[in-house]
Amino acid sequence: MSAVLPAAHPLAPEQREVTARDLAGLIVALLLVATPHALRAPWWLVLLTLGLYAWRVAVLVNRWALPRRALLLLVTAAAMLGVWLEYRMIFARGPGIVLLLLFSGLKLLETRTHRDAAVVAFLCCFLIITNFLYSQSIATALLMAAALAAITATLVGCNAPGRAWRANLRSSALLLAHAAPAALMLFLLFPRVQGPTWGLPQDAHAGVTGLSDTMSPGDVSQLAQSDALAFRAEFAGPIPSTRQRYWRGPVLWDFDGRSWRAGVTLLTTPPRAPQGGRTYRYAIVLEAHQRNWLFALESASQAPAGARFTVDGQIVTVQPVRARLRYDMLSVADGQPDPDEREVLLRRALRLPAEGNPRARALAAEWRRAARTDGELLARGIEYFRDARFSYTLEPPLLGRDSVDEFLFTARSGFCEHFASAFAFLMRAAGLPARVVTGYLGGDPNPVDGILTIRQSDAHAWVEVHVDGRGWTRIDPTAAAVPGRLDFGLARAVPADAGLPLLMRPQLEWLRGLRHNWEALVHQWNLRVLGYNTERQREFMAWLGVERADWRDLAAALSTALGAFALGLLAWSVQRHARRDPVQAAWRRFCSKLAARGITRALQEGPRDYAERAARRLPGAGDAIRRIGALYVDLRYGKDCPRGAIHDLAQRVRDLRLA
Amino acid sequence: MLRALRPNPRLLNWFYGFAPPERGAILLRQRRVYIVPTRLGWMFAATLGLLLLGSINYSLALGFVLTFALAGTGFAGMVHTARNLAQLTVTARRAEAVFAGERAQFRLELDNRAPFDRPAILARHVASGTQMVAHIAARSVAEAALAVPAARRGRLALGRVMLETRFPLGLFRAWSYVEPDTACIVYPKPERSALPPSSPHATAGAIRAQATGNDDFAGLRGYQRSDSPRHVAWKAYARSDRLLTKQFSGEAAAELWLDWSLLPAHLHAETRLSRLTGWVLDAQQSGARYGLRLPGREIAPGRGDAHRAACLQALALYGLP
Repeated sequence: MSAVLPAAHPLAPEQREVTARDLAGLIVALLLVATPHALRAPWWLVLLTLGLYAWRVAVLVNRWALPRRALLLLVTAAAMLGVWLEYRMIFARGPGIVLLLLFSGLKLLETRTHRDAAVVAFLCCFLIITNFLYSQSIATALLMAAALAAITATLVGCNAPGRAWRANLRSSALLLAHAAPAALMLFLLFPRVQGPTWGLPQDAHAGVTGLSDTMSPGDVSQLAQSDALAFRAEFAGPIPSTRQRYWRGPVLWDFDGRSWRAGVTLLTTPPRAPQGGRTYRYAIVLEAHQRNWLFALESASQAPAGARFTVDGQIVTVQPVRARLRYDMLSVADGQPDPDEREVLLRRALRLPAEGNPRARALAAEWRRAARTDGELLARGIEYFRDARFSYTLEPPLLGRDSVDEFLFTARSGFCEHFASAFAFLMRAAGLPARVVTGYLGGDPNPVDGILTIRQSDAHAWVEVHVDGRGWTRIDPTAAAVPGRLDFGLARAVPADAGLPLLMRPQLEWLRGLRHNWEALVHQWNLRVLGYNTERQREFMAWLGVERADWRDLAAALSTALGAFALGLLAWSVQRHARRDPVQAAWRRFCSKLAARGITRALQEGPRDYAERAARRLPGAGDAIRRIGALYVDLRYGKDCPRGAIHDLAQRVRDLRLA
Repeated sequence: MLRALRPNPRLLNWFYGFAPPERGAILLRQRRVYIVPTRLGWMFAATLGLLLLGSINYSLALGFVLTFALAGTGFAGMVHTARNLAQLTVTARRAEAVFAGERAQFRLELDNRAPFDRPAILARHVASGTQMVAHIAARSVAEAALAVPAARRGRLALGRVMLETRFPLGLFRAWSYVEPDTACIVYPKPERSALPPSSPHATAGAIRAQATGNDDFAGLRGYQRSDSPRHVAWKAYARSDRLLTKQFSGEAAAELWLDWSLLPAHLHAETRLSRLTGWVLDAQQSGARYGLRLPGREIAPGRGDAHRAACLQALALYGLP
């Protein structure tokens, strides 16, 4: 007999080799988390990673040896060089994530035991969270939930090799079901810190569409072809009419002959609320746009907490809007603006480049001569735009240096930025202070939840002219030239085939209905899941009855809730499982039935004696009692158990009537 | 800390909440099931920490959801790991006797009364390191067979057995100790030597040869319990439904005394026992009737497996309390 060797631990993960099933689970999880990344990563890296996965599968199928570490190091070095050539950096979000993706393939090729498999599973968790850096939509969440389920099932499979995969799936489903309440409690009550706490990589906020603080010909029309969401507005009362829905954004002051710029803006106290008009209360959920301005219905009369007004009526925050932001607003529509304005600003609103656009200047000079008052001059300008039969197009021709002249007299077609730019130029040239306001016009009310959705395709530019005694007056030259734009939106204003975003096309009504429902869901998702922050947490605690909760209250609430949950789960796990014996159960029932008639079984009394004694005492049911006694003795002490005998016994006991 | 406690059995008994050896069915109450994170568990905790930092730094709502979902899964995994072991009932079965130097086959009955199965449960004999992994289906019994090396003759108690599981996630390790009251008789290691010479005197331990030769079929007689199954007349049984034993003329006559005092006096007691064990085996094989005489103990001549077992047990337990 051989000596006893210190045996390896058979449950230790480094002792157990991965099976085809474990590997399949890992690859499914990896593919789920890698798919969204694959759409963004360089194609060669995606192919390389997939190649590494395929290599590992081939190793398993063909029973090859795993590749040497030196070879893997070589692949790693080459791939890192490639990533550096692609991005010119390594320690940033983009390259970091694609490298993580690559490492998942390399680690898979190193995976021999269950310990390695667990490391790949943990790596998968990191890949899940990197997906959220790009998208936190419902679709991404569902995909990643599937990946999490795959990871859990794989870990369960590793720890129960040889057990049916269905049973393992059931076990992991039970695990996740038990995890869900704890996760919900943690999500609601874990004290949140407002990030970022540490430095972010340089490219953390790249590739966001939206308005900017400059406007050149073609900018807005390009933006208007994007279907991306700008913000949503939720009105407490009725929604203002389309004509009143001017959402004010950056105000542009400085013109260089081609582009308008915001230039330097000064902060000020909240402006005096416009007189008269109608007041609207609403909340805006603004998508992260990496700029520091907020949008509000004209004219806003109250800035949300932490935001300030500028002298030209914009609302700005100190930090750029890096995450979806919800704020409450109060605006007055169609009110009388403040007639006074500082001299320095009026002078700035008259400044023009020294030369350029000569024909437009000449036209403006002609208007000036003919008009007796500022009001008359303004009316003349509007009349000009109304009558000139400009065409409105999403694909305006490219304009050169004298962009205003070219638009007014040569091309005669353009988008709102051309109209606004030309009108403001003409007004300034004619001696009326004017500025360009960019923002959004309109918005699509969702019939499902009544929330207004404003997309990049609603981007708009208009003009404000300062008229003595009336203050800054909004003039929308686009509306003057193309009246349909104002009332029916972009879709009716441009020709049918003009490259509108798919869902703005009027013929797809059924699709829009579907979309409205989806949008309402997405809004709730944004608000309740993605928008759950410190403030919402405080609101939730207030709802629970704790006002002004700080992290201590949260921690107390969390530990109470988790403690209760843990106790419940522990109680569930230690429940005793008595062996179910139907024969014994039937016999007990029989005994208690007889005991109710005063015939109690003595401890030393055998079943046959007991039944005989009971049968003599109750001759009416004597046969039934003897039969039950005999059946029980047969089932308990007999050699074999005829089919249905147990059921027969239970039935007889149930039917026993002791009248 | 646990390692430091291990050598002191009394402290261990207090710590593990039971006093060995335990009789009958042993129910693994919650109190006896211990649980700690494995190395993978710590690695998982570190992963959670990093995910939490990332979620805070980038204000990722779904990052929080992921982190908390994983944390919840880990916690549920801990409870499920303990559940996989708790409320299991362990009963030791009788172990067949073996010779010294062989492995004693201890068998533990793992009775799962729960409506769920218990995968990947390790049973490890602490002293020898012998181990096996069992999968116990729902509401059923599995057997853990532990082949424990039996080095010396006598009564080999099973000793402490550890039951361990890491199912379902491998992040936690739950374990429990049981020490069922079961032992295996270990016969002395047989040492083969020539059987003692035959002698006309019964006390000399010889075969008293009769007129008829050895191993000639002499007829059938009624079956007795101690008869070897090899001598049962199975064909006759098939015909008549009566168990009969074939009788051979040689063996019927031979009678052999295996006597402690026949062995040289200078031999060590253990060596004598080994020699006697070898004699018992040889005598049994020859089919002779044999008796065993030890100081203070005498087993009358007999034949058959039960007789052999009685002789070997007497040798195994000779001089032991």
